[in-house]
Amino acid sequence: MNWIDIGALADIPPQGARVVKTASGCVAVFRTAEDQVFAIDDACPHKGGPLSEGIVHGNAVTCPLHAWVFSLETGMAQGVDEGSVNSYPARVEAGRILLDASRLARRSAA
Amino acid sequence: MKQKLVVIGAGMASGRVLEQLTELAPDAFDITLFNAEPRGNYNRIMLSPVLSGEKTYAEIVTHDADWYAARGIKTVLGHAVTKIDRATKTVSSAGVETPYDQLIIATGSAPFIIPVQGHKLPGVVTYRDLEDANAMIAAAKPGAKAVVIGGGLLGLEAAAGMQLRGMEVVVIHLMGHLMERQLDPAAGYLLQKSLEARGMKIHCKGATKAILGHERVEAVLLEDGTVYDADIVCMAVGIRPEVRLANDAHLDVGRGITVNDAMQTSDPSIWAVGECVEHNKQLFGLVAPLYDQATVLAQALLGQDSAFRPVQTATKLKVTGCDLFSAGDFADGPGREDIVFRDPARAVYKRLVIEGDKLLGAVMYGDTADGNWFFGLIKDGTDITPMRETLIFGPAYQGGAQADPMAAVAALPLSAEICGCNGVCKGKIVDAILGGANTLDLVRATTKASSSCGTCTGLVEQVMAVTLGDSFTANANPAMCKCTDHTHEDVRRLIKSMALKSIPAVMQELGWRSVGGCASCRPALNYYLIADWPTEYVDDRQSRFVNERNHGNIQKDGTYSVVPRMWGGVTTPSELRAIADAADKYNVPLVKVTGGQRIDLLGVKKEDLPSMWQDLNAAGMVSGHAYAKGLRTVKTCVGSDFCRFGTQDSTGLGIKLEKLLWGSWTPAKVKLGVSGCPRNCAEATCKDIGVVCVDSGYEISVAGAAGMDVRETEFLCKATTEAETMEIIAAFTQLYRENSRYLHRIYKWVAKVGLGWCQEQMADLDMRRELYDRFMLSQSVYQIDPWAELSKPDQLAQWAPMADLSLRAAE
Repeated sequence: MNWIDIGALADIPPQGARVVKTASGCVAVFRTAEDQVFAIDDACPHKGGPLSEGIVHGNAVTCPLHAWVFSLETGMAQGVDEGSVNSYPARVEAGRILLDASRLARRSAA
Repeated sequence: MKQKLVVIGAGMASGRVLEQLTELAPDAFDITLFNAEPRGNYNRIMLSPVLSGEKTYAEIVTHDADWYAARGIKTVLGHAVTKIDRATKTVSSAGVETPYDQLIIATGSAPFIIPVQGHKLPGVVTYRDLEDANAMIAAAKPGAKAVVIGGGLLGLEAAAGMQLRGMEVVVIHLMGHLMERQLDPAAGYLLQKSLEARGMKIHCKGATKAILGHERVEAVLLEDGTVYDADIVCMAVGIRPEVRLANDAHLDVGRGITVNDAMQTSDPSIWAVGECVEHNKQLFGLVAPLYDQATVLAQALLGQDSAFRPVQTATKLKVTGCDLFSAGDFADGPGREDIVFRDPARAVYKRLVIEGDKLLGAVMYGDTADGNWFFGLIKDGTDITPMRETLIFGPAYQGGAQADPMAAVAALPLSAEICGCNGVCKGKIVDAILGGANTLDLVRATTKASSSCGTCTGLVEQVMAVTLGDSFTANANPAMCKCTDHTHEDVRRLIKSMALKSIPAVMQELGWRSVGGCASCRPALNYYLIADWPTEYVDDRQSRFVNERNHGNIQKDGTYSVVPRMWGGVTTPSELRAIADAADKYNVPLVKVTGGQRIDLLGVKKEDLPSMWQDLNAAGMVSGHAYAKGLRTVKTCVGSDFCRFGTQDSTGLGIKLEKLLWGSWTPAKVKLGVSGCPRNCAEATCKDIGVVCVDSGYEISVAGAAGMDVRETEFLCKATTEAETMEIIAAFTQLYRENSRYLHRIYKWVAKVGLGWCQEQMADLDMRRELYDRFMLSQSVYQIDPWAELSKPDQLAQWAPMADLSLRAAE
């Protein structure tokens, strides 16, 4: 594990998301109504929709393009849609959001 | 050894033959294609849009050089075949002989030229190929005069095209009414009236005596002495099959080249296809039977058994927006009866011709939506006795067992597509239902059918009814979403009666089953709370769909569109400069004029949005809310200031209305139109709210639509002053805001509450004033430019990524 600070929790509105740029595309970082944070790939496996722009409800997000729903915890598509996005360890410490850089690095190497 | 196939003529029929042959048996033939025109196959049906300027030639090419090359087809373009030698099995073109084993003649048809004096003058053209269209385009200077001889389909398309190019057009037609082959006199008369209303001059029963001119055409003289000035004359009086080559080769020729059921001529190695053939004494001009011929010919060439059986064809045409449909045989005759429907005010005319218990023909003008249904009855020879009383009203009025719409759905094959958006066929839906999906929601969830635009919902429910039988009950008023059992109406009512003023309060008090709702109920709740508690509730951006959250329409690649407001569709040179500068500065890939009279800048990256907005704000422009469930545009015509017909200042009123209404959030988008006179150039009568100015004031109508559904507005009330018009429209908008279900446009809402109820509310002046005051109270909060708000310094950070690890991750 190699935790890196990507910003303050307050940078993301509750039930909202922001993106983190990486060498192999964007990762969407979500903040739920309960102030949990989750990080998943920002591209929907269906048509590449930016999941960070979806409506966040509970621990799930609905893709803005064609309304696929993904679990923020697992990255798995919900309901009948089949597919998943990568999810990355994320946590909040003293109001700062930390992502596991080693997992992100492995992603770009893959 | 491959057989040598020579094809004479690159038209739509032979093009289809080549497509089929090269697909079915790519290696069967060594193909050489001759065409007298210096080009390959293009879609001749689309010549009219080229003439009118709506399309370019490049857009209508069906086979280009690459297409032929990829299939190994040798092309000889721009050289006519001059002779067929059946003895040596060769064709000659430009002095070169080309041998064939099989020959296809597809020479099409030639336009008929009336041999009157002057018919060879420069400036006299026919309407057959691209050269003709180009000659007309070249002559089309604004104010130039065109005479079209022939008021059939082609002639009217040529006339309409030239008129769109700004020419003054006269149509001379020999017969008593236009398009006599497709239309009966009544429909022809309606068509004529509508074309004349658009400024075209129609002269029926006009016989051309001579075409006058010295160096080139100057005028057309009719037998009755009328003279029409002309810079160009288009002869479109008919076509005849082009049979000269076949005649010279001594093939059997009647009016066209005689072919048998396999499209074979009297010489077994020579075939013919298209407009040049005669089959069972019949000639063919419409594209559908020509394509059928092509399929038969391709199969015959490959040695398969195949026979051409002409089926009846229907004509459905758009001549400059006149909706026409005709099918079958509609001539009068002994034993034939008519059912006629006329609505002069709407310019709708329908006539059905019946013989015994069968429908023989149908002619429709103005409302052709049921055309295909009638055509089906004609083709199938359906016994119409049981539905005769309501037949003319179309399939929607065929109740009872005989014409059960369920039967139609039950009869659909499993491969029939039900949901066009998601490409779901009937079989997939049936499988899902048999697999346990017994509610619409479950069918939606398992198949995606009816989950996008929703227009197929009725069909899906019918499939469910057919599959499930009595155990299916359609839910007339379903729950808002899976998170609750309450309907939208219940929720709206409870928000008011229980004074619920936040989304968590609604979810708590009304027993939401999910945590945080879903992408369906959250935007609806946010809207209801905004509408009902404008000064207390705080808009929740995170409950808005991305377009409204980011104030731009998201595109499929994740970019956005930026549309500045243009009040009433009026702009200035400096605004246009600022828009152009912004387009340059932010590398906007597409600048497009919208249907609502403004300019759309498409393909803007999210991080560029705030600075682009700042630039446009600096030039005095605000967001056009082109993405909003809210007031979109107020479309106007030029009105009394400039237009010679304008009765009131429609542009000015449109601007005032837009300044009054902009920024308001509504259940679904709201578009307005203000026309300065009943000619209705602003198309106000297909808007959510439309104003048509008349001498005595302003006619306000509502509940129009031109989207998934197309509807004409219905008259709400009349106002005598601009101020009264504005108060009524603001009050009506508020009535809609307070009462409608989210995502229902005005026409859907009015259909539920009734136009009469709306009229009563507007007629009660106290009620109207209160609605107006509540609207203005909401506007005091929400009439703010989101561009200015969201591009303030403290807002800028949110538009960019929160961190950039691209370098770090690469290390």
